[in-house]
Amino acid sequence: MQIEMRGIDKSFGGNAVLKSAGFLLDHGEIHALMGENGAGKSTLMKILTGVYTKDAGTVIVNGQEVCYKNPQEAEKAGIVFIHQELNVLFDLTVEENMFLGKEIRSRLGVCDKKAMRAEVSKVLDRLGVKIAPDQKMSELSVGQQQMIEIAKALMVDAQVLIMDEPTAALTQSETEVLFQVVKNLRKKGVSIVYISHRMEEIFELCDRITILRDGSYIDTKRIADTDMNDVVKMMIGREIGERYPARDCRIGKTIFQVKGLTCPGVFKDVSFEVHEGEVLGVAGLMGAGRTEIMQAIFGNMPHVTGTILLDGKEIQNKDPREAMKNGIGFITEDRKVEGLMLEESIRKNIALANLGRISKNGVIQKKAEQDLVQEGIRELHIKCFNQEHECNNLSGGNQQKVVFAKWIYTEPKVLILDEPTRGVDIGAKKEIYTIINELAAKGVAIIMVSSELPEVLGMSDRIMVVREGLVRGVLNKEEANQENIMILATGGSL
Amino acid sequence: MNNKKAVNRLQDFGALIALILLVIVIGAVSPDFRTVSNFLSLLRQSSINGFIAFGMTCVILTGGIDLSVGSTLALSTALCAGLIKSGVPAGPAMLLALLIGTALGMVSGVLVTKGRLQPFIATLVTMTVYRGLTMIYMDGKPISGLGDSFVLKFVGKGKLFGIPVPVILFIIIFAVFMFLLEKTVFGRRVYSTGSNWKAAKLAGVNIDRTKLAVYAISGGMAALSGLILLSRLGSAQPNLGDGYELDAIAAVALGGTSMNGGRGRIWGTFVGVLIIAVLNNGLNILGVSSYYQEVVKGIVILIAVLSDRKR
Ligand SMILES: Nc1ncnc2c1ncn2[C@@H]1O[C@H](COP(=O)(O)OP(=O)(O)OP(=O)(O)O)[C@@H](O)[C@H]1O
Ligand SMILES: [Mg+2]
Repeated sequence: MQIEMRGIDKSFGGNAVLKSAGFLLDHGEIHALMGENGAGKSTLMKILTGVYTKDAGTVIVNGQEVCYKNPQEAEKAGIVFIHQELNVLFDLTVEENMFLGKEIRSRLGVCDKKAMRAEVSKVLDRLGVKIAPDQKMSELSVGQQQMIEIAKALMVDAQVLIMDEPTAALTQSETEVLFQVVKNLRKKGVSIVYISHRMEEIFELCDRITILRDGSYIDTKRIADTDMNDVVKMMIGREIGERYPARDCRIGKTIFQVKGLTCPGVFKDVSFEVHEGEVLGVAGLMGAGRTEIMQAIFGNMPHVTGTILLDGKEIQNKDPREAMKNGIGFITEDRKVEGLMLEESIRKNIALANLGRISKNGVIQKKAEQDLVQEGIRELHIKCFNQEHECNNLSGGNQQKVVFAKWIYTEPKVLILDEPTRGVDIGAKKEIYTIINELAAKGVAIIMVSSELPEVLGMSDRIMVVREGLVRGVLNKEEANQENIMILATGGSL
Repeated sequence: MNNKKAVNRLQDFGALIALILLVIVIGAVSPDFRTVSNFLSLLRQSSINGFIAFGMTCVILTGGIDLSVGSTLALSTALCAGLIKSGVPAGPAMLLALLIGTALGMVSGVLVTKGRLQPFIATLVTMTVYRGLTMIYMDGKPISGLGDSFVLKFVGKGKLFGIPVPVILFIIIFAVFMFLLEKTVFGRRVYSTGSNWKAAKLAGVNIDRTKLAVYAISGGMAALSGLILLSRLGSAQPNLGDGYELDAIAAVALGGTSMNGGRGRIWGTFVGVLIIAVLNNGLNILGVSSYYQEVVKGIVILIAVLSDRKR
């Protein structure tokens, strides 16, 4: 299938988001769509699939001008969109989610559970994931939920598949499986639009690349004719230099210690320490228990035993509030469920973790609040109309920046980052890295969980590898590389 | 763009516009309606529902609901009347009634937080139990003959500068809630609990304590309404406040507060309370039978809520 989008304009409430954007998708190619957070990639795809209506421009599919009124219509035409933000119903099972609205019915009109189960198992097998069809969605990790979304799209016989940051929540091995599936689809003539902020993936997978900047079309190039620097320059209009800014690290005394942390059935006997001014990377596969360990440290997991010491003194983190009082900060991996009040403004979201700071005697100081929020927006370059911009209407990467901004002003002694740059563009990533470095330079101990190996390697002083709820090893910066981390993460030993 | 913004504005003030239209229409038809004394008595009547609705707004903003307000009102009033009857001076007895109401609300809060009951169920339980306790305490009979204490008379029947005391209280309490919800840390906690409790919890908000507080406030407000009624009626009735939770919830809904929590404004509730009062008062003056009144009320709520829907 061939798709051409030309001169697309779109504005929300008077603010232009797309200004003459477009691109040309060929039959059987993998086409990368790149641009900064808020450049308009998701919006452009939402216009193609009838989620939004365009203000101007034309969409031509196989030589005919079309205008899908809703996603169902687009799907009927063979265009399937895997959204950036998960669209799952947490209380339903995997199977119910996958067949939502298109249940297989037997002759009597009753749902044919058996047929649906079989179908689900087949698709999941193809993706190489081990998830039972009758598992509750809420029991799955974010990564697994993402896999279910992908599986859902594969069930439809798509001619065009749009993937909006499908790997943001996946780890290396899942990503590899996904790539295999995508390449097979290409062989069958399916066209794929691939949106991602992970440069390595784009260059490994895609045939051509289109760049958007500030809602406008910039250029389309064959992957072979371009390189990362070139792409970055087109994306942000300038070069960014080193991807991982150097840190003049003065690592101090041990400030944070975890001893024998155990949660039955989830993780066992986790012990590690972090020094002042140090960045401890935490690597591992999806579902290895990294998030759970961090949630436990932050007092957000029941039934945890073990000791946590800060400055040599034992602390009790009964709940997140206590943990915060004790000087710990935590940036969650799941911005939608745990990170943000999506229906609230940027202002109220950033303020929420800083209420003590911006209030006097329990009364909020309007000026202090606005100043704090403005600083966050400026420092992290959050792309928004103003402080009152509802988080629902921010681009994915900008939502992540709001979560980040919420925490950097709480002045923690230990800051836990769970996938801090998920879905964040390359320029903003560097800004976040710079902030991490600044915090570390001030003596904050940083624990950074990340599934992006280059990021873990580029940012950490030491790297702890977790597999199946056990710490499998801690590597120094000098000895760590992709290979030995993967070996530890997948069950080998060094 | 300006058009769209204007439409949004309009929807923001949907309830207010409905109120103004109602006043104009009823006022045009009935001269009795548009007198100062009628407006004052209308405001006085609305204060009873108003106090309860303010507390209810807080509860609903956290994503809960409080069905027990009517029974709480009855029980705290009965105990107050009993205390006065047994010789306790009216002032302390009334203060005590407020505390009792607060404590009764807290029980609902404990059931919701520690007991992990759904708010609807938890307050259904307390609603039933409190009503039963009221009946037991009063043996099904009213308590009257409460003497002629000044304070007791003053809160319900008194006037300051020609304005009924309940009306003054209504305005003051409205301002207090406005301040509490819009300007304080507590207000932020209430909204964030209803908006996304997981995110709020991770940001250090004590969800349980916030919920406990709103149910306590709701109970206290119900008791305050009860005191006004006690003052006006001069006696406590076992079925006092029966069904009041519905008027309060209706006022909150009219005011545009989302029943899922997290969204809404206290001034909306204020307007909602007035709409219900104007309807009651106006339809009475127009001589509409009470059966029809209910139907009209339901339809007005439906229209207001529909026009308020944003998406
Ligand atoms: N429904 C909406 N209402 C108002 N503004 C919106 C809405 N949807 C998107 N926007 C704005 O449009 C811009 C483009 O958003 P979009 O989601 O397309 O960005 P993106 O390129 O996908 O970014 P990311 O890489 O962060 O996902 C953003 O600035 C966003 O704030
Ligand atoms: Mg996007």
